[in-house]
Amino acid sequence: MKPWIKPTVFVLCLLPLAWLVFALLADRLGANPIEALTRETGEWTLRWLLITLCMTPLRKATRWIWPIRIRRMLGLFAFFYVCVHLSTYLWLDQFFDWGEIGRDILKRPFITVGMLGFVLLVPLAATSTNAMMRRLGRNWTRLHRLAYVVPALGVLHFWWLVKADVRTPFVYALLFVVLMLLRWKPVSLRGSNRGQISNLSP
Amino acid sequence: MTLIRTPSDIDPSEITPESVYRERRRFMQAGLALSGAALLGEAPFAQATVTPFTGLTRSAFSVDESQTEYKDVTGYNNFYEFGTGKEDPAANAHTLRTSPWSVTVEGECAKPGTYTLEDILKPHALEERIYRLRCVEGWSMVIPWIGFPLADLIKRFEPTGNAKYVEFETLRDPERMPGQRRSVLHWPYVEGLRMDEAMHPLTLMAVGLYGAALPKQNGAPIRLVVPWKYGFKSIKSIVKIRFVEQQPLSSWTRAAPDEYGFYSNVNPEVDHPRWSQRSERRIGEFLKRKTLMFNGYAEQVASLYAGMDLRKNF
Ligand code: HEM
Repeated sequence: MKPWIKPTVFVLCLLPLAWLVFALLADRLGANPIEALTRETGEWTLRWLLITLCMTPLRKATRWIWPIRIRRMLGLFAFFYVCVHLSTYLWLDQFFDWGEIGRDILKRPFITVGMLGFVLLVPLAATSTNAMMRRLGRNWTRLHRLAYVVPALGVLHFWWLVKADVRTPFVYALLFVVLMLLRWKPVSLRGSNRGQISNLSP
Repeated sequence: MTLIRTPSDIDPSEITPESVYRERRRFMQAGLALSGAALLGEAPFAQATVTPFTGLTRSAFSVDESQTEYKDVTGYNNFYEFGTGKEDPAANAHTLRTSPWSVTVEGECAKPGTYTLEDILKPHALEERIYRLRCVEGWSMVIPWIGFPLADLIKRFEPTGNAKYVEFETLRDPERMPGQRRSVLHWPYVEGLRMDEAMHPLTLMAVGLYGAALPKQNGAPIRLVVPWKYGFKSIKSIVKIRFVEQQPLSSWTRAAPDEYGFYSNVNPEVDHPRWSQRSERRIGEFLKRKTLMFNGYAEQVASLYAGMDLRKNF
């Protein structure tokens, strides 16, 4: 892997947040900046989750190694953005009114699902080190299948929070389905077997 | 408790203080400057001309709270006919043609017909009313509307005893209302009020805000303002008024009956499945405020709903 790839991706991942901070300070987030901040960080969380899921198919399609090498960092960025997203909700939206937050989690399905997504991301972030990977062995792979569950919850969270116009969550749902299909054996085998088949043919 | 207050029982503090008036003038001037900019081809708002109203009377119903900035009142809107994003109406509403404009009056009344906007407006003295506006999404504004009581308009059409409700319709014109090309909602947008709600002195037909004609994104040329109900009840760009016996089916109720009821009175005790309604963010403020029963108009309107279960009739 080229040595510049990882630091470049790192900086790229920080750019949306940097822009948000700048826009907030420069009063460029419109009439309701707190809502804009919550929405932007939420949407970026979902984007990072889906971009993370692109890495394995990208590796298979191109045989480049770097997509696998930056996959963990991308996943951690998704976690980082969801932490900012959750903080804007807990602090700027609810001002740490735990009673109200508790009621929201229990009563508002979109918050319930978002919270579940966050809770499931925590063990993924916590077990992302090499040491943890070694310690957990095969269980690590099993645990990290949650990386497919969380974006699904994220899409549902988005779907349930829009009032009537589901176009944007629909696009994310579609992207998610495509990314899952690429992992489905009949689809993925075609790609990865092509090499083998040509090897076998005399 | 008095329902309708006469001028003598209005607290002097409720009358708009001079400083607010001066501030408002500043906004009007800003508006005029904007229209100048618009003529030069650099329209920051979807609004070509700003004609200031003169000779407005002050209303006893105005609230004495700081007004939401003009740029936010005209730049952060829900008007799905021009797109579902909050900035879409300001960006797209310039295509709406507001003149000529006419309003068709139908149903249970003695004087149905199609009236030009001029006919509609002629007999009414315009007044300014500074009202709170609470959106079902948990944000609020304070807006100085210009208009006249809907009751005065309704009386002219002489509704019959069968007129139990008033139904309103927004213009349907997918050519000029690009949001109507997709069926996010059932078009035309329909809203309704019970007759006594429509006749209530707080219910306003608005033709302007901040001292000038309504910008298109705010529902030009004529819209409803019902300050104790969630904002979506205050239907914009009205072309039809129908007096009916049956409770009208409004567009949002039709889209999600368990979320948007016919009454949709602002009520901090009754949650929407998506949003707690206990508090709200006043646009321009950092901390949230507690939401008030009937958006702070309980003294005037609570009696309309005496004996009703507001949890059921949400
Ligand atoms: C994996 C976890 C999560 C993902 C992927 C996610 C994603 C999103 C997305 C895509 C949006 C919509 C952005 C838009 O409208 O453009 C959003 C909005 C929102 N999310 Fe999340 N979110 C997550 C977790 C959470 C959690 C844990 C909470 C709070 C408990 C939360 C609270 C909210 C709120 C309050 C909104 C804004 C709703 C509104 O403005 O009406 N989210 N989120």
